Amino acid sequence: MKTFVYIDHFKGDVQPASWEALGLAKSFGTAIALVFGTGADDVAKAALEYGADEVLLADDSALTDYRAETYASTLSALASSHSPNLILLPTTARTREMAAMAAIDLNTGVLTDVSGLEANGDSFIATRPIYEGKLIEKTVCSGKPVMATIRGRAFPKPNREEGKGGTITKVAAAGEAISSVEGYSAAESAVNLGDAGVIVSGGRGVSNNPSLTPPAGMDEKQAEVWRAQQGFALITDLATLLGGAVGASRAAVDGGYITYAHQVGQTGKVVSPDLYIACGVSGAIQHIVGMRNAKVIVAINKDPDAPIFKVARYGVVGDLFQVVPALTEAMKKKLGK
Amino acid sequence: MKIIACIKQVPDSEAKVKAEGGQVSWGDAPLVINPFDEYAVEGALQQKEASGGTVTALCIGPESAKEALKHALAMGADEAILVSDPALNDLDTVGAAKVLAAAIKKIGADMVIFGRQTLDNGAGLTPAQTARVLGWPMLGLAGQIKVDGGSVQVERVLEEGRQSMKANLPAVLSVVQSIGEPRYPSFMGIRKASKATIPVWSLGDVGATAPAPIVTRAELMNPPAQEAITEMITGETPAEIAEKLADKILAEKVL
Ligand SMILES: Cc1cc2nc3c(=O)[nH]c(=O)nc-3n(C[C@H](O)[C@H](O)[C@H](O)COP(=O)(O)OP(=O)(O)OC[C@H]3O[C@@H](n4cnc5c(N)ncnc54)[C@H](O)[C@@H]3O)c2cc1C
Ligand SMILES: Nc1ncnc2c1ncn2[C@@H]1O[C@H](COP(=O)(O)O)[C@@H](O)[C@H]1O
Repeated sequence: MKTFVYIDHFKGDVQPASWEALGLAKSFGTAIALVFGTGADDVAKAALEYGADEVLLADDSALTDYRAETYASTLSALASSHSPNLILLPTTARTREMAAMAAIDLNTGVLTDVSGLEANGDSFIATRPIYEGKLIEKTVCSGKPVMATIRGRAFPKPNREEGKGGTITKVAAAGEAISSVEGYSAAESAVNLGDAGVIVSGGRGVSNNPSLTPPAGMDEKQAEVWRAQQGFALITDLATLLGGAVGASRAAVDGGYITYAHQVGQTGKVVSPDLYIACGVSGAIQHIVGMRNAKVIVAINKDPDAPIFKVARYGVVGDLFQVVPALTEAMKKKLGK
Repeated sequence: MKIIACIKQVPDSEAKVKAEGGQVSWGDAPLVINPFDEYAVEGALQQKEASGGTVTALCIGPESAKEALKHALAMGADEAILVSDPALNDLDTVGAAKVLAAAIKKIGADMVIFGRQTLDNGAGLTPAQTARVLGWPMLGLAGQIKVDGGSVQVERVLEEGRQSMKANLPAVLSVVQSIGEPRYPSFMGIRKASKATIPVWSLGDVGATAPAPIVTRAELMNPPAQEAITEMITGETPAEIAEKLADKILAEKVL
């Protein structure tokens, strides 16, 4: 069994689910890692250290910036020449596009957001959530190769063996660019909710602290956002202490408290951390579908009837402005930090 | 400018969806326009307002999907087209992309706008696959769109930040929530939509053959029941509560 594993990275920063995909590929047989882009030699070396049997490195200026068309063409060209049985990718914004297009080129299909994958003769059966996780389906792909994007944190991450060598073969890019990248802006801070083991989230409640006096000269809306930023500062402190990421409800995003990249839920990210602490989040169904797969859910909310308590393992009825900093302090002591 | 918004009809997200006898059941919950596709219609209407032209809402689905198209009309779309054919019952995303591409060519478009993904299947593959079949550039996950003469520039909202991309028209786009809240149908819009006749095209009408599904469902399951026994942590002071809660969290061994 020969599997391609696409290592998704942004300027050398690898999406950790790529390594999880590599571990999964090894359980089926030979794993060939694909690394695209210039200046990605370290990514290729890391792929060997995480267990790839071989790396195909498309170190080509045509691939410096990600574009769906050239990345997809390079992927399908390599698949045509190497005939893998399976192509695995981590589920990211980029891979959904490039896998989608490569599947058209190769006349096959893509199983997305897969949380389980079993070999079945020379094919595979994938387990994936549908209807926002309200149902689970097993799906099969009759095309060859089978393509699957895997959900972050669904498969174990293989150990890294520092210094482990292997063959890195340079390959060419394929396809024609029909779009151009004009630039990047970090206006929305980088946040990787999909891979976070701990997420501390804030909802509309983070702006609700009347005892905080905003700087003079702010109108009502500015004062609300200012208060919310004080609330998110407390949430960020806790998240940082626990080595986690900051999440948000849609009301917090719509209120301008924090950027959309942090949103958890139906129109934001679906996450599955080990620990999810919801602060000042009411627990609307559209939020719940994004976080109910967390192993342990903690809810901190003023309202004892808030629906979030129905999905929580632990609940605190209280003011987040008091409970969150107290929890940070208690954790600091107990973790010896 | 001719703009097409691709929309699908799905069970409302409040619906209690269950697996019953191998089939998906949502009881008597209403079918609605896929929430992500409301943003697609919103994005299309914004571009029409900015550059002039028309917005066509396009859907593959059963007769009942006309209701979703009517919602797009009520929001302000100029016309709606339903592609409906018994041969399309088991459509996968590759099949949907091929049929949509054929319909898009028949209608003619400078820009096609998709939602990010469907609520039911949730694959998020159809936009890029349609772009590939058409051979048009794909600008995905746009939070902002700007058309300038024969080209379009978008701000993509990605994990790492925003990426600005540009391509010549015609192009395929998908949009995310940052595009702006979908407008509510106006009273006039609702009246217009209720009177509209929506053409129904068969596979033959769009000049496509029934695509054989490549991805198929083998089994459908309800997720394991979650025993959410909630333990409420109480105490005299926030510090006391925090102390107890911290112990509970540490005992879960999730850190
Ligand atoms: C199509 C569609 C898609 C959607 N997608 C998403 C999505 O992806 N993600 C999402 O989150 N929502 C989504 N929503 C919105 C969702 O329905 C809710 O409106 C939203 O989740 C509410 O956010 P919230 O819980 O922060 O705000 P609210 O519902 O206003 O809740 C605020 C909570 O904070 C508590 N509170 C107030 N002050 C304090 C305090 N000082 N201390 C402690 N608690 C306090 C209150 O008791 C209340 O429970 C979507 C809606 C639709 C229609
Ligand atoms: N049957 C359909 N008719 C029209 N558009 C569709 C259909 N299915 C999917 N789409 C579009 O493709 C997007 C992604 O769908 P999916 O790949 O199924 O997640 C949706 O948000 C719609 O814009």
